[in-house]
Amino acid sequence: MTDWVILLQNLANGVLMGGVYALVGVGLTLVFGVMRTINFAHGDFVVLGMYAAVLFNALLGFDPYLSLVIAVPVGFLTGMLVERLVLARIVDAPPESALLATLGISLIIGNAILLTVGGEPRSVQVAYASTTISIGGVHVSMVLLVAGAATVAAIAGLYALLHRTEIGRAIRATAENRLGAELVGIDTRAIHAIVFGLGTMLAVVAGVTLIPLLFATPTNMGAVFTLKAFVVTVLGGLGSVGAAIAGGIVLGVVEVLGASYLASEYREAYGLAAFLLILLFRPEGLFGRTVKRV
Amino acid sequence: MTADPILSVEDVVLGYGSLEVVSGVSLAVGRAELVGLVGGNGSGKSTILRAVSGMITPWRGRIVFDGEPMTAARPHQMARRGLAHVPMGRQLFPNLTVRENLLLGAWLPAARAARDAALARVEALFPELARRAGARAGTLSGGQQQMVAIARALMLGPKLMIMDEPSLGLSPLLVKEVMAAIRRVAETGMPILLVEQNVKQVLAVSHRTYVLENGRLVLDGPSQELAGHPMIRKAYLGL
Repeated sequence: MTDWVILLQNLANGVLMGGVYALVGVGLTLVFGVMRTINFAHGDFVVLGMYAAVLFNALLGFDPYLSLVIAVPVGFLTGMLVERLVLARIVDAPPESALLATLGISLIIGNAILLTVGGEPRSVQVAYASTTISIGGVHVSMVLLVAGAATVAAIAGLYALLHRTEIGRAIRATAENRLGAELVGIDTRAIHAIVFGLGTMLAVVAGVTLIPLLFATPTNMGAVFTLKAFVVTVLGGLGSVGAAIAGGIVLGVVEVLGASYLASEYREAYGLAAFLLILLFRPEGLFGRTVKRV
Repeated sequence: MTADPILSVEDVVLGYGSLEVVSGVSLAVGRAELVGLVGGNGSGKSTILRAVSGMITPWRGRIVFDGEPMTAARPHQMARRGLAHVPMGRQLFPNLTVRENLLLGAWLPAARAARDAALARVEALFPELARRAGARAGTLSGGQQQMVAIARALMLGPKLMIMDEPSLGLSPLLVKEVMAAIRRVAETGMPILLVEQNVKQVLAVSHRTYVLENGRLVLDGPSQELAGHPMIRKAYLGL
């Protein structure tokens, strides 16, 4: 294979992987944008999605994507429940309370999985695991392509929800100005519950798309995904879906190129290096903008 | 006073923490009345408005809106009952367009049904907002933003509008424009409770005015009469 084919192949892999990272980041940025809460349990919800796919595969023989039928509504309701039972009670407390609460939720999820399922890595083998598709000499794995398609569908669905529906308008209004939203008749507490439900649901979907690619482990993996979600949102610029997509793709490409051309064992470090460089030179993110507030 | 008022505040005591800010205030707004509530900084006028729209709960006394006493309502529930609050600092959605801000004013299902008609009416009342429909609300001038805030509240199709210092931070010329806009809204028969520090402007546009000092009403009556009252002339108009 010639050098440029390898480069194209790496870029394709990086973009597809980046799409899944974007999906992880979008949920975090949505929750932050509306609730001003940094959700430290976000990565653990991704891991929960991975285990959901493992569980439905073991019990019912489901393909990971088929398990979405159950995982999506359950993820949404779980998020709403967590918001109602935990975050809603401390909505008027100082912001570090919500931060600590989500950190606690993160520990609970990780350890609950460890206690019930055990610590050994789990994955789901799909029938198309080793299938690749060749486009002009560039081989792309079927699993990554399906993950990429799932990502596009999930993000497009979120965008349509935010911009084409009344509940989406209410979510954007609440993100812009909570008091203003309340005064036009929007129940902003209900919006917070819905938004946390959506954020959790997106994390679960990301987890399901990742399970054919990665082994799930209970405790440390959540923190790794939360960190990736931070990197994605900060790379792009906090607070918008478009920026999270861009940030995810940048992270995916940097990781894949670094692993391929430098040393593959430092894969995670390349993303973090890019993150630090961007923080140094463009603290508002690659595509972030400073917005004049009223 | 007014028979069958849209709003009556009855002997209300209000405060924050252990600090009493409003000590037994009663006032009423008739169904087609523009009523002013004026007073200096810290006199308690904004606090009364915050209680009317459910942001805080009175310690004592009661508030009756449209014939029904309100009990620990939250702001979105008061909007549902037909109260439109034009808040201090406008509280717009700065990154959304002027049109989106207005449409969100009619977000509630009851208002949504009449949204197109309401938009046409509001844009006829504020032609400038129709011209700036596609601009982000945060990029407008202070006066235009105040117009958006009033127009957004009108989109609800409210039974009563309450306005908290709409002239705050505006140049004298813009204050005149905003007051003229409020008068235009009132002329459509919309009851309005207007809270202001700018006493002269309120007396010029309103039917009746209440004067609040240190959490107590000290004077009230038809605005034309109050404009000639020695206390008002001395304390507020500097005459």
